Amino acid sequence: MTGAIEKLALYLTYPFVRYALIVGVLIALCSSLLGVPLVLKRFSYIGDGLSHVAFGAMAVAAVLGLTDRMPLVLGVTIVCAVILLRTGQNARVQGDAAVAMLSVGSLAVGYLLMNLYPTSGNVSGDVCSTLFGSTSILTLTRGEVWLCAALSAGSVAAFAVFYNKIFAVTFDESFARSAGTNAELCNLLMAVVTAVIIVLAMNLVGSLLISALVIFPALSAMRVFRSFRSVTVCAAAVSVVCALAGILISIVAGTPVGSTIVAADMAVFALFSLAGAIKGGAFQ
Amino acid sequence: MALITCQDLTLGYEGREILEKLNFAVRPGEYLCIVGENGSGKSTLMRTLLGLQPPLGGRVLTGDGFARNEIGYLPQQTPVQRDFPASVWEIVLSGCQGRCGRRPFYGPAERALARENLARLELTDLSRRCYRELSGGQQQRVLLARALCATRRLLLLDEPVSGLDPHVTAELYRLIERLNRQEGITVIMVSHDIAAAVRYASHILHLGETVFYGTRESYLQSPAGRRFFMEGGNGQ
Repeated sequence: MTGAIEKLALYLTYPFVRYALIVGVLIALCSSLLGVPLVLKRFSYIGDGLSHVAFGAMAVAAVLGLTDRMPLVLGVTIVCAVILLRTGQNARVQGDAAVAMLSVGSLAVGYLLMNLYPTSGNVSGDVCSTLFGSTSILTLTRGEVWLCAALSAGSVAAFAVFYNKIFAVTFDESFARSAGTNAELCNLLMAVVTAVIIVLAMNLVGSLLISALVIFPALSAMRVFRSFRSVTVCAAAVSVVCALAGILISIVAGTPVGSTIVAADMAVFALFSLAGAIKGGAFQ
Repeated sequence: MALITCQDLTLGYEGREILEKLNFAVRPGEYLCIVGENGSGKSTLMRTLLGLQPPLGGRVLTGDGFARNEIGYLPQQTPVQRDFPASVWEIVLSGCQGRCGRRPFYGPAERALARENLARLELTDLSRRCYRELSGGQQQRVLLARALCATRRLLLLDEPVSGLDPHVTAELYRLIERLNRQEGITVIMVSHDIAAAVRYASHILHLGETVFYGTRESYLQSPAGRRFFMEGGNGQ
């Protein structure tokens, strides 16, 4: 035990470990905040679809040899988020089919491009790290940390300012629109912020595991809490704690960062489900 | 002067007309029931009155200092709401959204209004409870309180009693009647329940092959009203 703590203390003296912790916590915070309305609006699948789009865009950026991949990936993902949201609202187009098409399409194209134009000798290693995050969180530069911090702060601020509107639109879009709330703007904002968070989260957990970061904290919180505010606060807390725990455990135990965080999220979900069942049973 | 006037209103989807040249007006204190078969355009008319959908032709005018976004709307429940974690207080307060304009947060005036409407519908004791754990009748009362936060003058109710048992239905009708008669709130109700419409409404708009608009008394004398009663009426 003391060995693990010493190891941790040693690692925490390295700036890249501190960067990873800061960025991980920020990303976890944003994704969980947004996760609550996304899950409630039955939009969980959009997060999943977008993460695959981000993978495709990342592959394209790598093939093009861009040193700064973030702007391209961010742009493509935001555009796709807006498109998906529109098709989701249009009853004549099968929203879920459109998402599935776009997401597996980008996954296939991404993998294809990475194989056709390999940027390094180890293609499967590249693919694996893009999909599952592996160590990219530990290789962030100072600039990337600042960018992540700024984007996360922006997302949290947008969520706070629009909190009441997001609640109104999520709970009852027709009512909100009849009262003059600009529901379209609110949905658009949510789509854009979702895209931003997904691109950020790719650094942390890789594109396949992002949805877990969005969905699990919200679902865990909903097992136990009964109001929108408490669910939101609890989801944020759960997500931050799990991200911290996941990163620290992965450092000590040498496990992959992304999957360790997701495993922590799953454990909390199981715990909260149990707590919810006991509480629900006791009070009925 | 009328709160809402529909002039030569033509309604439909994607160029297909459902209703043509509809004319009626709703004056302060009236209780208008919109009845008709499924597909007769009741929901389309409602969405147009709310400004959620543009009419194919004609106009919806508001008067007497009344604005379109001051309608207190009680929509039908959506599947999303059935397992939505939200407290009664949060939902009722969200009815004040339209009053905030560009302000992102609710102020003391909005909180006071929400408290007032909770008390008005005898919901104060439930304000901390979770919406999804309430009974169907209680849920409708919560949504009604939210609608009252959005309006001081006009309620638009979309099938408010659907899915409620007879006892709760009667209670809700009495509550709406009280708001209309004693507190002077104008009511527009879309309903399947023609018997209740005839019992509580002051005016009836019947949509279908023949369109009828007039007072309750003249509706009972009209062919449309009589036919509806012959087929669906059970002697009430």
